[in-house]
Amino acid sequence: MATFSTNDFRSGLRVILDGEPCTILENEFVKPGKGQAFNRVRLRNLKTGRVWERTFRSGETLEGADVVDRTMEYLYNDGEFWYFMEPDTFEQHQADAKAVAGALNWLKEQDPYEVTLYNGVPLSVLPPNFVELEIVETDPGLKGDTAQGGSKPAKLSTGAVVKVPLFINQGEVIRVDTRSGEYQNRVSK
Amino acid sequence: MEWQPGATLGLLQARAALLRRIRRFFAERDVLEVETPLLCSRGITDPTIEPLIVERGVSLGRPRYLQTSPEYAMKRLLACHGQPIFQLARAFRDGEAGSRHNPEFTLLEWYRPGFDHHALMAEVAELVHHCIGERPLHSRSYRQLFLELLAVDPFTATIAELAAVARDRIDTGTIAGDRDLWLDLLMSHLIEPQLAGRGMWFVYDYPASQAALARTESSEGFMVGQRFELYVDGIELANGYFELLDAAEQRRRFERDNARRREYALPERPLDERLLAALEHGLPECSGVALGVDRLLMLATGAGDIRQVLAFDWERA
Repeated sequence: MATFSTNDFRSGLRVILDGEPCTILENEFVKPGKGQAFNRVRLRNLKTGRVWERTFRSGETLEGADVVDRTMEYLYNDGEFWYFMEPDTFEQHQADAKAVAGALNWLKEQDPYEVTLYNGVPLSVLPPNFVELEIVETDPGLKGDTAQGGSKPAKLSTGAVVKVPLFINQGEVIRVDTRSGEYQNRVSK
Repeated sequence: MEWQPGATLGLLQARAALLRRIRRFFAERDVLEVETPLLCSRGITDPTIEPLIVERGVSLGRPRYLQTSPEYAMKRLLACHGQPIFQLARAFRDGEAGSRHNPEFTLLEWYRPGFDHHALMAEVAELVHHCIGERPLHSRSYRQLFLELLAVDPFTATIAELAAVARDRIDTGTIAGDRDLWLDLLMSHLIEPQLAGRGMWFVYDYPASQAALARTESSEGFMVGQRFELYVDGIELANGYFELLDAAEQRRRFERDNARRREYALPERPLDERLLAALEHGLPECSGVALGVDRLLMLATGAGDIRQVLAFDWERA
């Protein structure tokens, strides 16, 4: 892999820092008129998700990380691994529990997910911003309550529990924002 | 093709108004406006400042340096005429780009025969008030500032103690270095942010190792450089000296810079013998200061990024 100097650090660049793959979020050049130059760099550790700031001496270099993002179709879970397929090559990748942790609540077969590969192995899985999932368990709907506020918990086919309006029934499909975990609307089937 | 300027018309007008104000300020004080060459046959020796170098052209016997500041040429004028002078000049520093840096920028530099650095600080404060309005004014020695804001003595703390103060509050990774490196790091990362939103801060009497082209003296038992910096709303705006007059000492400092350049595997710089000859001839007792005009414009307009106040920043040039 190529090496990158602090001058090349741009938002989105993936590098290896302390042996871990990280993505650069921000790079601020700091230098007094007379004195040493530094770069204050905000990074996200791609394995742990931790975001923090580290200072480098200007001109220091880091090795680039072999990290790529691919949109893949979720296939199934065999109890140990979750399988994703690249739509053009049909190549399959197995992701472990750690990699899918952030998407587990929103995994639906045949939906597209953004899989981040590090040295060819799934490192993380990002769900689409919106998913449509069936309600498998909730209290019976209240007729005539469509305009009022108020909500109740509903369990989805993935096991996730979201708050839904009172008029929503078991067996219905709803659209959920995966970033906030919030109900959006009912999907007519 | 993105061809448009980065600055709004309002900011271009604010720049023009600022330049007029600066010129009026000096005209009222009988300070002579001068111009000196941008392309110089000698560059700066400072190991932390890298010039851009022009290498090709039939007029060039050898490569020339785009000036990093007009200091040397202005001192040669001072040695000859002894007049107070100012200059609004473009300066260039390689590798310096960010929200407060552009590799090509505008410097206001001026020299005052008969002023010590305290007298010049007072004039700098007047100019800044004149350009951006009143701000609360604070003044601290470098040592007082560190004691007050970081509870560490920059003159007596060991390198390990300075590093510990930094590592306690920020992730410094694998950074290692000498005393000045840690002092610079503490200043830029832990002190500067504390000055944000708190008006104008003059900091003076820097450690002698950071005297640059200022004279040195003993103060409270420590050798200090009679140098000052001005921070406004947490932005470093100006750097000034009670100027060193001693040609032999100036030569030693240039040579020390080159020794540090060798140590860091940086190219050495030939000494500016014309400046040394001018010092040999004699410079009047004077103080001088360089002030970042683009940053002054940021402060005057509330712009948060230098790219907003430049018609065409480095990427658009």
